[in-house]
Amino acid sequence: MPPLEKTSLTRLALVIVALAAVLTAACSGGRGGGTGAVRLQGAGATFPNPLYQKWLSEYGKANPNIKIDYQSIGSGGGIKQIKEQTIDFGATDAPMSAEDLKSAPGDILHIPTVLGAVVLTYNLQGVSAPLKFSPDVIADIFLGKIKRWDDARIKADNAGVTLPAADIAVVHRSDGSGTSAVFTDYLSKVSPEWKEKVGTGTSPRWPVGLGGKGNEGVTGQVRQTPNTIGYVELAYAVQNKLPVAVVKNSAGNFIEPSLDAVTAAAAESISTTPEDLRVSITNAGGANAYPIASYTYILAYKEQRDAAKGKALVDFLWWGIHDGEKFAKDLQYAPLPEEIVRRAEQKINSITSGGKPLREAQGK
Amino acid sequence: MNPQPNTPTPAAEYGALARRRSFRRSLSATGSTGDAVFRVLLLSVALLILLIVSSMVVAMAHNSMPSIREFGFSFLWGSNWDPVKGEFGALPFIYGTIVSSLIALVIAVPLSLGVAIFLVEQAPARLARPIAFLVELLAAIPSVVYGLWGIFVLAPVMREWVEPPLQRSLGFLPLFQGTITGIGLFTGGVILAIMITPIISAVVRDVLAAVPVSQREAALALGATKWETTRVVLANAASGIAGAIILGLGRAIGETMAVTMVIGNRPQISASLFEPSYTIASVIANEFTEATGDLYLSALVEIGLILFLVTFIVNGIAKLLVWSVTRGTSGTARAT
Repeated sequence: MPPLEKTSLTRLALVIVALAAVLTAACSGGRGGGTGAVRLQGAGATFPNPLYQKWLSEYGKANPNIKIDYQSIGSGGGIKQIKEQTIDFGATDAPMSAEDLKSAPGDILHIPTVLGAVVLTYNLQGVSAPLKFSPDVIADIFLGKIKRWDDARIKADNAGVTLPAADIAVVHRSDGSGTSAVFTDYLSKVSPEWKEKVGTGTSPRWPVGLGGKGNEGVTGQVRQTPNTIGYVELAYAVQNKLPVAVVKNSAGNFIEPSLDAVTAAAAESISTTPEDLRVSITNAGGANAYPIASYTYILAYKEQRDAAKGKALVDFLWWGIHDGEKFAKDLQYAPLPEEIVRRAEQKINSITSGGKPLREAQGK
Repeated sequence: MNPQPNTPTPAAEYGALARRRSFRRSLSATGSTGDAVFRVLLLSVALLILLIVSSMVVAMAHNSMPSIREFGFSFLWGSNWDPVKGEFGALPFIYGTIVSSLIALVIAVPLSLGVAIFLVEQAPARLARPIAFLVELLAAIPSVVYGLWGIFVLAPVMREWVEPPLQRSLGFLPLFQGTITGIGLFTGGVILAIMITPIISAVVRDVLAAVPVSQREAALALGATKWETTRVVLANAASGIAGAIILGLGRAIGETMAVTMVIGNRPQISASLFEPSYTIASVIANEFTEATGDLYLSALVEIGLILFLVTFIVNGIAKLLVWSVTRGTSGTARAT
């Protein structure tokens, strides 16, 4: 019996050693790649993750010697890691705060990549036409001041729609999220009371309602519970064919959420967009602008420590805001307006390594 | 407890005296280098666990310093959690964690005891095997799957079929008042109960099976009925059963995903079980990824530290209960 045990143990040990050897070989093979391969590591926002993964796979096909990874760990994590310089680029939905920028070890640039929007979705039996909402009504529903669906102020915007005589159940995101930040930023702009009582944030203290985790959690609760209202990303609502509300913009027009209406909101905000491109475009002016929208950004240091990596990064970013924009609409992201692409180009061109501009080094 | 050395050693070493030594001492007393290596190996593994636990506590305490300095003990009984304004209080989360786990225990303990007793004492083998297998399968389902099932199946069932009759019959109690949404503390407790039932019943089943058959035969020979025999078996297995319940409670306190999906995630303390609530594990899972700012992050770490302490205290109380139940009884069957 002992010899038998011994052989099976030895065999097990052999198998483990063999496995380890194979794994090490596989890893080093992947890492080594061809000679002169450059690896970039990015991390941050979850919202643009489907698009960035598409970009990485398309860009990787055209440039096999550049390997880029993106981890969707959340905007907060992206900002933290770019500040700690553990990644080559970060990504965030809301622009970094002035404080965060000041405490970073170097100048960080915001390169906008695409736009997203937040839509209101609801569950009302027997209501088929899209509901219309004025900004103050949305704010008061989420403040808990409008409590019932047959409230006179909701009726005023929805003539001819039979609204149920029922309580409104509000559903919001429970997890910290850029979606909540955009939505609360909008509410803070349209309602002084919201701004004072709640404010803008990824996890605000909601005055009323239930929290659902993720877009799927909010959608699940809205779908399952009659007389609910919640908010989700536009892309998520389109893909899941959710009923979405039409929202009155600052010009007084009721706008159905669409990619074009989101790009319009960005285009209308150009005059107020600062030089560093850190801007909120909620409640934008313009006749066709959808009011609850925002940019999503890639974060990169202006001065790159490693010239080869820096070069790969600026080329990738350049490709992203030009060729990459083609993939945006299919994945339900709104592409950047032309003017913003021009201004993002300037930002990319200003990235240097050792004081030398990286893009012009190529002679472009 | 005679020593059963598993390595051959010279027979001369083993006199009547040596046989009386404990197993551990016999290991160290042998001159073989293999045993020495084995002993050091085991010791270092045991120390590693200590090291991991203590380094976790130290790291969490260190990272929560900004929050501890800012709020002091008021963090424990503050009930306002507002990341936008930088105000943090942990009480609603502590309340939600403890109450949801208690609801889970109240439902799961009788259920899993019943399952285990049936499987060991009553069920014919061809029925016991498949049922035991199914119960163990329940334990293997990932908690996020429980969560999705909770939103799409359990919450509507609670809203339509469970909570309205409860409110009609027991609505005079504050516990069952308020708006019924199917999402809230009660639903969170129910999903926890479903998740910990397989764990408790699997362990209790093993504990009952470990009670010697002679005990049952003795009871039956004295003319005891099936029920009386079962009571004898249960009394013998008491400490093991308590251990199983502690295991289940541990899982309930730390469970994250499934509860997050159905508890409503609202930091409030309400008398009604139908109102939304929040647990410590849920708030960490929800907010950690997007938390920016030192104070916010350290408040989340501190609440993690509190979860650690709550688990510690609850386990301590449970151990105390076990001790008070089993004190004086000897030769009881124990889990594992």
